[in-house]
Amino acid sequence: MSPMNLRQRFYLVEVLTGLGLTAAHFFRNMGRHTARALGRKGTSGAVTIQYPEERRPYSPRLRSLHRLVRREDGSPRCVACMMCETVCPAHCIYIVADEHPNPEIEKMPRRFDIDLGKCVFCGYCVEACPEDAIRMDTGILEFSSYSRGGMIYSKEMLLSLEPADPTGRPRSPIPLPANRRA
Amino acid sequence: MLIDLGIAFGRVMFVMLFVLNVAALLGWVERKQSAIMQDRIGANRASIFGFRALGLFHPLADTLKMLTKEDFRPARADRLLFELAPAVSVFFALVAFASIPFGDTLQVAGRVVPLQAVTLNVGILYVFAMLSLGVYGIMMAGWSSANNYALMGGQRAAALMISAEIALGASIMGVVMIHGSLNMMDIVRGQGHLLWGWVPAWGIVTQPLAFILFVTAGIAATKRIPFDMPEGESEIIGYFVEYSGMKFGMFLMTDMVETIVLAGLSTSLFLGGWQIPFLFAEGFHFPWGAGIALAPLLVTILQVTAFVGKVAVVIFVLMLIRWTLPRFRYDQAMRLGWLGLFPLSIANIVVTGLVLAAWGNR
Repeated sequence: MSPMNLRQRFYLVEVLTGLGLTAAHFFRNMGRHTARALGRKGTSGAVTIQYPEERRPYSPRLRSLHRLVRREDGSPRCVACMMCETVCPAHCIYIVADEHPNPEIEKMPRRFDIDLGKCVFCGYCVEACPEDAIRMDTGILEFSSYSRGGMIYSKEMLLSLEPADPTGRPRSPIPLPANRRA
Repeated sequence: MLIDLGIAFGRVMFVMLFVLNVAALLGWVERKQSAIMQDRIGANRASIFGFRALGLFHPLADTLKMLTKEDFRPARADRLLFELAPAVSVFFALVAFASIPFGDTLQVAGRVVPLQAVTLNVGILYVFAMLSLGVYGIMMAGWSSANNYALMGGQRAAALMISAEIALGASIMGVVMIHGSLNMMDIVRGQGHLLWGWVPAWGIVTQPLAFILFVTAGIAATKRIPFDMPEGESEIIGYFVEYSGMKFGMFLMTDMVETIVLAGLSTSLFLGGWQIPFLFAEGFHFPWGAGIALAPLLVTILQVTAFVGKVAVVIFVLMLIRWTLPRFRYDQAMRLGWLGLFPLSIANIVVTGLVLAAWGNR
């Protein structure tokens, strides 16, 4: 750092400059808040976002909570090929295969559990799926649980989810595991 | 007899409630003002029946929280001093406001009542004595906690207080010399004169250097940023590290009350106290000859409003300083106090004395 010159060492001028800067911010933001309170449109007086009510728009490429894509009749598109379970680096997917009633389709999952406590959100399962049966486009990020078991999401929960709208706002409510339901 | 008692009670209660209520509000002011300065919104979540009222319920919620929290005392703490310290600290801050006048006189039941809690001939000395005694609470807290960090905070508070109070006391001597009195009421009345017929003779006009020195030393005396080494929350946490619950809240309140006292002092000594320019006992007399006659009661109300408004403006500036400047290093604050503020205030006394001797007016 270069040595301070006389004006800087005198301190008072620099302090007043700093106070001027913060005071300018105060009065500018105060004016904007007042204008908005009076119902006029204008720039917001704050750069912060009031989180649960306001949300930052998410990118469409965001990897959020998984969902299982449904067929026309509502059954999962998944054919229980175990590709995602194999590729998953966190070993968080657990599939039990079953016969599908339709002879054209080879298999279907009887169980499809994802342990979100282990998931690293790498998106390999989406890449690996040959049937486009698993996607990470729900826009849901706020899932939580009081127990580890509560982080395991079942086939039914994953099937019930809808993709996010184009701004990234989730369309489905956050699915609550059984042990979190009130 | 009963009326006299009532009047005395009213004077004391006005000051007491003013200081306590503003102190409670200052927590909100501090959070909101800093938020708006920093392009944020600030605390606004506490609500009653869904009404948030701009976060005005937060002081209430904070108080409830502090009253219901565990009141912890370290095992090796000095019990008496530990319990006494917050009370001492907040008591001296609260009583300091007593001799600051918030208006001229008021006629009540045939008596002339000066609008200040206590009429004292040595009002300034009293305020400074109380502010200086306040540091004993801090030192007691630091000593009795049996915690090295608290002790360091207490030591720093004592060192800072000594270096700041001397400059604080010396910086107001110029004002005292001009008015020739230590009575706060006399000093505020003296600032009602007009210089050259149109400039109000406020202390900031007659003693500009003293005003800057006073505010700087005053902020140091209140131990708030940029002079918060006794607290130093990022390094030692300071004298109240072992305190919890409402005892901690009392230290917090001390800071707020001292800010109000400092604002009241700056207003009374340098910003004309309850004076409004060109407003005299009978109404406005403008220098260009015009005038508006006002009822005495209306004049008093205007004066008290002016005092409260000026205190609010000074508090705004103090908060602005507190949220703008970073903390001084310990040695920097000592150097500023002893080698900056103190010599300058002595020089101010000498120059004021020379000017007064040359002009001969008093």
